[in-house]
Amino acid sequence: MSSYITLSYFDLVAASLFLVLNAVFSILLNLGLQRQLLIASLRMIVQLLMVGLLLKAVFAAASPWITLAVAIAMVTFAGREIWARQERKIAGIWGYGVGASSMMIAGTLVTVMALTTQIEPSPWWSPQFALPLFGMILGNTMTGVSLGLDTLHTTLYRERTAIEARLLLGHSRWEAVMPVTRRALRSGFTPIINAMAATGVVSLPGMMTGQILSGIDPQEAVKYQLLIMFLIGGATGLGVLGAVFASVWRLTDERHRLRLDRLSLAKG
Amino acid sequence: MLDIIQLRTGLVGPVDLSLAQGECIAILGPSGSGKSLLLRAVADLDPNSGDVLLNGRSRNDMPAYQWRRLVSLVPAESGWWADRVAEHFKAKPDMSEMLKDVGLPDALGWQVSRLSSGERQRLALVRALQGGPQALLLDEPTAALDEASTLKVEEIMQRQLERGVIIVLVTHDPEQAGRLANKRITLKDGRIIDMPMTAA
Repeated sequence: MSSYITLSYFDLVAASLFLVLNAVFSILLNLGLQRQLLIASLRMIVQLLMVGLLLKAVFAAASPWITLAVAIAMVTFAGREIWARQERKIAGIWGYGVGASSMMIAGTLVTVMALTTQIEPSPWWSPQFALPLFGMILGNTMTGVSLGLDTLHTTLYRERTAIEARLLLGHSRWEAVMPVTRRALRSGFTPIINAMAATGVVSLPGMMTGQILSGIDPQEAVKYQLLIMFLIGGATGLGVLGAVFASVWRLTDERHRLRLDRLSLAKG
Repeated sequence: MLDIIQLRTGLVGPVDLSLAQGECIAILGPSGSGKSLLLRAVADLDPNSGDVLLNGRSRNDMPAYQWRRLVSLVPAESGWWADRVAEHFKAKPDMSEMLKDVGLPDALGWQVSRLSSGERQRLALVRALQGGPQALLLDEPTAALDEASTLKVEEIMQRQLERGVIIVLVTHDPEQAGRLANKRITLKDGRIIDMPMTAA
């Protein structure tokens, strides 16, 4: 028996009323948030409607190449997002490359593993399974990587005198930046650790909620959610580790110098 | 012997200098003339070209961290990476003696955040000395110190010179240069504008 309830567009409009109320408060209290709220809402509406149409077409086409093209587009966009979320970035192509490639390698590895050995749809790249899964893994990895890199670059810059003091006392570059590296890794890992610790008690994860709302047995939904959380946690960890260490490698050199000249300036 | 050969970094150089054991050279010159950058280049802390040799051995023949243990730079602004002073020092028996020499016998138990700039400067010098470097690159080591502390630091430098340590001293104080250095040069716009002069 399916208890799936179809939503009408009127239901959606009604659901957005509270968001409109927030905008009204923003105007009344002179918070200046109404413009951002409006733009973010409009972006979300357009993006999701478009993605709904796009996914429908991609699922119908059932082509590995189209699936791959969509996956590449997702990585490109997420890579740009990582780049944009850092206050201080590595200058040049490296600024994009370090974050995007770490995220891509970690996300692809974990997604392909899950598709070929755990979920096993037929064919394994079936867009209906591959793309949502890849999207969820990529989205979380993106958050972790951008937080890790942002913390790393900001802290390296702020702590440069202390790091150089260690270098001058004869520490290697890895020893000298270790406290900063550790802090960056912790910052990249924190969201996923918090999400795992709080899930099920404080909040029901969005995906699971969606499944339950569309009539799936809660126990089955939980199994899927656990699978997803393991995959997300694994990919985020790998992505953050890869990105932070690659960035440390790039921002120091083989003569054990701190190379902050390879970091672009923060925008005022 | 410390030999600096055709050393360039950014707009500084080329600089050639040669110092024998126990010699002290004072580098004078206006702010922004490249004195600190020159010291950083000798310590190989910034990208640079040219070569520096200690007792005939090029720094390129060893890892940079090994070089910096032999040729130790104490920057004008000292860096601290832990909360307590003691965490920045190796536990060595002669440590308390050296701390007494700079007038800070109890400093190991202190918190870094509560140090004055003069205390930081003196502790940074002791910290650099505990590795037993053969050459010291000192960037305005007494800039934040009163007269009494300055004399104490100069005494320590004098003792290092007597032990054969080579000192490259950046200072704004010509009198200090006169007290400690047997050579002096003046840097302007990254270049030496006089010949290394041997003090009387």
